[in-house]
Amino acid sequence: MIISEQKPWPEISESLAGEQRIFIVGCNGCAEACHTGGKTQVLEMKQKLEEEGKTVAGYTVVDFLCDKALIKFKLKPHEEEIKSADSLLVMTCGLGVQATAKVVDSITHPACDTINVGGARGEWRGEERCLECGECLLDYTGGICPLTSCTKGLINGPCGGAKDGKCEFEPETRDCGWHLIYERLKKLNRLDKMKVMIKPKNYNKMLPAKQLRPTILWALEQQKKEVIAK
Amino acid sequence: MNIAELAKNGKFVITAEVGPPKGVDIIELMADAELLRGRVDGINVTDQQSSVMRLGSLATSRLLKEKGLVPIFQMTCRDRNRIALQSDLLSAYVLGIENILCLTGDFVALGDHPQAKAVFDLDSVSLLHAAKQLEQGKDLSGNDLKGSPSFCLGAIVTPGAEPLEPQIIKMEKKVKAGAQFFQTQAVYEPEKFAEFMKAVKYLNVPVMVGIVMLRSAGMARFMNKNVAGVHVPDDLINEMDKAESKAQKSIEIAARLIKEMKPHCQGVHIMAIGWEKKVPDVLAAAGL
Repeated sequence: MIISEQKPWPEISESLAGEQRIFIVGCNGCAEACHTGGKTQVLEMKQKLEEEGKTVAGYTVVDFLCDKALIKFKLKPHEEEIKSADSLLVMTCGLGVQATAKVVDSITHPACDTINVGGARGEWRGEERCLECGECLLDYTGGICPLTSCTKGLINGPCGGAKDGKCEFEPETRDCGWHLIYERLKKLNRLDKMKVMIKPKNYNKMLPAKQLRPTILWALEQQKKEVIAK
Repeated sequence: MNIAELAKNGKFVITAEVGPPKGVDIIELMADAELLRGRVDGINVTDQQSSVMRLGSLATSRLLKEKGLVPIFQMTCRDRNRIALQSDLLSAYVLGIENILCLTGDFVALGDHPQAKAVFDLDSVSLLHAAKQLEQGKDLSGNDLKGSPSFCLGAIVTPGAEPLEPQIIKMEKKVKAGAQFFQTQAVYEPEKFAEFMKAVKYLNVPVMVGIVMLRSAGMARFMNKNVAGVHVPDDLINEMDKAESKAQKSIEIAARLIKEMKPHCQGVHIMAIGWEKKVPDVLAAAGL
């Protein structure tokens, strides 16, 4: 289970600045359980966007936005709507936004921040990684996470250490995350996103709240402890 | 002396660098720095270069300052979080160190303590921003300072990076964050460098071209293979290969590169990497 919470509206609104037609993607997995990306929230978002004068080109809710094959399959019938849209607003965790970015050639704005639960990850077989940093930056980076794709986790652009698109640390196997981000933003004609100065991250948001640590197993363990205590 | 101010006044700025030793024997370091007296406008002090643990750059900068030399204190974001970085900026100011070069820093795994935890809490852009905040009497959290410092802030750029555009985007960010001068990664191709300078002219910031002295043809080939954004053309490699005196040839090449690139930039930064004693010869041969 991955925990997400919706970004504040001003932040979402700012990320959509200059765009008119938006396609919304929701997720019936963890995001539905968190009430951040299920059909209810997608429809609420549709209404909010329309109230703010945007046009919703279409929407869909994919069962699991962490399954790239499934996303492709589910987005296929909406191909024309997606092509007509300026961008996609993706209402799910950081993995879902990155997975969506992998299968569509459009800007994918994250509508949510992914909250750190202290190490418990959902099952994920792709190469994308989400640090659950609580301040999703995927909007600025074409849907590729700089914290996990750049070896140094840099958020304001590449260091001088990349050669032929490879990181100087493990150049045989490791791509330069910022090279990928640059190529992606260039392809989408959105290099303006790379010029935005990103403020230092608030790492306090990566300390998991105590109430988010428990799992089902934890609850069972607690129950057992209580029984023993009695 | 304020490096940016010198450039603004039309001086062709000359800097070199010294690397603090691994240990506390500073005799050679100080002797090398002494050779540069009167010949350069500032001396960069590297910050645990290549992620190799050494004597600190802040202490070494202060030692140069005490001798009446002008240090350029290099600061990387690799080893310190924002609390330590801001504190060291304040410390530099009270120690009389004005010129600060803000860098991201090499990755730890490439150094001599690969087990270390890499920090990178800030990056070069946000370090510049932090220094600007301090100058305005505030820390990064917005708290008021009791007395605010002032700095001359520098940054670096790699003119030979391919593709170049991401480097220029970041350079622009650095200027917006407060960078007042730039020193570059090593350049061996004057024509490409001239094109780079044209591309960044709109930023209107002094650029000091980086010169790394070639030690041998092997070193040049090594850099071509391993160092990002650095390309030594074949004819220079051949020249080094054939030369009887490598040192003499190295000085000649460095001086020639400086002469060719001088019309395009506002200064030169010489990285001798072990051949610090030959820097005065390079400057003399370049007519500086």
